[in-house]
Amino acid sequence: MDLLAPLIVIVLLGVVVWLVSGPLRTGAGAADEAETARRDDLEAAKEAKYREIRDAELDHRTGKLSAEDWRALDRELRAEAMDLLRRLDELG
Amino acid sequence: MAPVGQACLILALVTCAYGIAASLYGARAGRRDWVASGRRSVYGLALLTSAAFAVLEVAFLRSDFHFDVVATHSSTTTPTFYRAAAAWSSQEGSLLLWVWLLSLWSSLVLFLVRRRLRDVAPYATAVLLGFGAFFTALLVFAVSPFGTVAVAPPEGSGLNPLLRHPSMMIHPPMLYSGYTLWAVPFAFAIGALVVRRVDADWIRATRRFALAAWFFLGIGILLGARWSYAELGWGGYWAWDPVENASLLPWLTGTAFLHSVMVQEKRGMLKVWNVSLVLATGTLAVLGTFLVRSGILDSIHAFGASTLGVPFVSLIAVMIAGSVFLVVSRRAALRSEHRLDSLLSREAAFLGNNLVLVGLAFVVFWGTFFPLISEAVTGTKAAVGPPWFNRYTVPLALVLVLLSGIGPVIAWRRATLANVRRNFLWPTAGALATLGALLAFGVTGSVTALIMFVCAAFVAGVLGQELWRGVGARRAMTSEGPARALVSLVRRNRRRYGGYTVHLGMAVLFVGVAASSAFQHARDVRLTPGGSATVGGYQITYVKPTARVVQRDGGIERIALGAVLDVRRDGRKVGRLHTERGYYPSAAPFASGGLVSGLFEGEATSEVGMKAGLLRDVWTVIQPDPEYLSKVIAGVAQRTADKPVAQQERAVSGLIGVYERGVFPAQFRLLISPLVAWIWLGGLIVFAGGLIALWPAPDAARGRVRAGYAARVAQDLDRA
Repeated sequence: MDLLAPLIVIVLLGVVVWLVSGPLRTGAGAADEAETARRDDLEAAKEAKYREIRDAELDHRTGKLSAEDWRALDRELRAEAMDLLRRLDELG
Repeated sequence: MAPVGQACLILALVTCAYGIAASLYGARAGRRDWVASGRRSVYGLALLTSAAFAVLEVAFLRSDFHFDVVATHSSTTTPTFYRAAAAWSSQEGSLLLWVWLLSLWSSLVLFLVRRRLRDVAPYATAVLLGFGAFFTALLVFAVSPFGTVAVAPPEGSGLNPLLRHPSMMIHPPMLYSGYTLWAVPFAFAIGALVVRRVDADWIRATRRFALAAWFFLGIGILLGARWSYAELGWGGYWAWDPVENASLLPWLTGTAFLHSVMVQEKRGMLKVWNVSLVLATGTLAVLGTFLVRSGILDSIHAFGASTLGVPFVSLIAVMIAGSVFLVVSRRAALRSEHRLDSLLSREAAFLGNNLVLVGLAFVVFWGTFFPLISEAVTGTKAAVGPPWFNRYTVPLALVLVLLSGIGPVIAWRRATLANVRRNFLWPTAGALATLGALLAFGVTGSVTALIMFVCAAFVAGVLGQELWRGVGARRAMTSEGPARALVSLVRRNRRRYGGYTVHLGMAVLFVGVAASSAFQHARDVRLTPGGSATVGGYQITYVKPTARVVQRDGGIERIALGAVLDVRRDGRKVGRLHTERGYYPSAAPFASGGLVSGLFEGEATSEVGMKAGLLRDVWTVIQPDPEYLSKVIAGVAQRTADKPVAQQERAVSGLIGVYERGVFPAQFRLLISPLVAWIWLGGLIVFAGGLIALWPAPDAARGRVRAGYAARVAQDLDRA
């Protein structure tokens, strides 16, 4: 037990140091990562926009949104979704 | 293994400090490697606190009384089930549980957003690690769970008997999960304010965590209510106790936040309100942790006064000051993108719901802290009781339930009269029919309860109608069968229908609260075996006394004196109740009057006798008459105090026999409470709704389609 306790602490310390220093040792791919991050942000925005389109459609079908209001809103939301797709394509 | 636990805590504190510095440096210098290193510090914190928590749990399970905290909060006679939970009955253990849960949730959110919110995430990481550093510093410097003694005592003090209830295994981790999960949206809100990126992105990234925080906190509160009802022996489920209130505060403001963020996501409005709400909720979550551990307010939950007041108050002051500074200095960026178009709109309904929820939170806050406020102003500590809380919260709760029916069916931006007529006609008719039926059945004893029943019927009508129309719309689009259409509808719109389910559950829950508060019958009676009492139309007869010694691991865990009662209505037997009063040995049973008096000088708890039903609960607890009983106990104790243990144990057995054969009178509290089961049922519906909303949405739209953009949007929408 006397030896085990320091051994466990040393192992834990080693694992944490290895874990935390990983990015500093290998150097994070800044350019690639930036592009991936931008893509993930746009994907999240696209999913949110799709959800809004579906919500608006369901509101219309369950009588909470008139046909005229829904068409205008749907057009606007789809235009925003298309813009997000365009920006995603630009990232390649 | 105590040094291992202590070393883990010290390493955790160092890791937090490093992670904060690395995250802030990486963010300021644009160094992604340092930002990633800071994020990994959170994973390191999770590893180290998991190890520390494991060391503590093993010590409790093994009854290792070398650990101070184990000796003072557990014993060999504590059942294994409760030994595992005893870790968080102590202040030290509960603070460790807090930081452990925080580290797990923080690791999860930072892993999920590791490639998103690149500007916000490093500051959020620093805030989360700041919380981690605060709590690990408390554990290292103020209240270490790894304090030891050279010679372990042969036996521990045992777990507080009141905490020996299955709810107590789960209640604290649920509450603490809720508290710590609120730290996540709090931290991202701070990050968003720091970098002035106050659009809805940070809300979307942390929405599921906010929902999970609300979910776990709600479960914790409900389990606490259940524990109070089944264990505390007073017959109620909510006492407006300061610690109960402290958990309710972040739940109320968090509920408001979950509604108002939808307005920001849809319309870009209420940005100041939303960040203020989430910052307040995060601060109230820390305040809740502080109250449960500090003992600054008199509460059945404040498990001993502590020395943590100054650090906690300092942290809360920093959180408030920092939040106010950031919101004020970023007010230009937080300007709304749209204005409220009409008071007859969903935005307005959400705003109304928010005002009611925040109003409720204010009432609860004021009532909870009134003793401190009155002491500061007048020098006298005065408390407000349930009647004061009820005066303000009941009308607000009525409005809240009504709004939970209006919100789901009113249109965004502006509702027309035709829209209102179409959506409210049938639910209103259903509510009026309910009113007529209730009056016809003579339910006239309480106007507020009657209004609540009618509001709940309105909510049920609205939600039923929504589901009916939604299924109809789905069938019209896909020609699916009704059951399949319902499943598809909910699956494709989890957030919406999860929310509706929550509203229905809350309506059911409030019906239970209203009925059980307004129509409860209660009596305190003194009965001898064979005696009867009538309460709420039920005749309750004390059939016979019961007594037993509960042994565990060769020692006496408790002595239980109880009663069997028959319940009859209109001469027909409807059930049999068994209630007990359990007496646990004091920490040093052999110090003065020997084992016999030691058993009655320790803690005592009530085991409730209950026949629960969907329409009413028949509930009772026994309090053996102390006057008669104490004479017998004193006599036996005097004769056996200096005798060997075996002889004292035989004396205890003899005492049991005397009680069982005797005709000792006992006090009983008898309650007939209608619809209490609806509270638990409503809670289950609420959490089913929470689970539906939390469940991840299908990800079919992720695939990339090479086609015209309009066609691609349509195709993605069809596939999801």
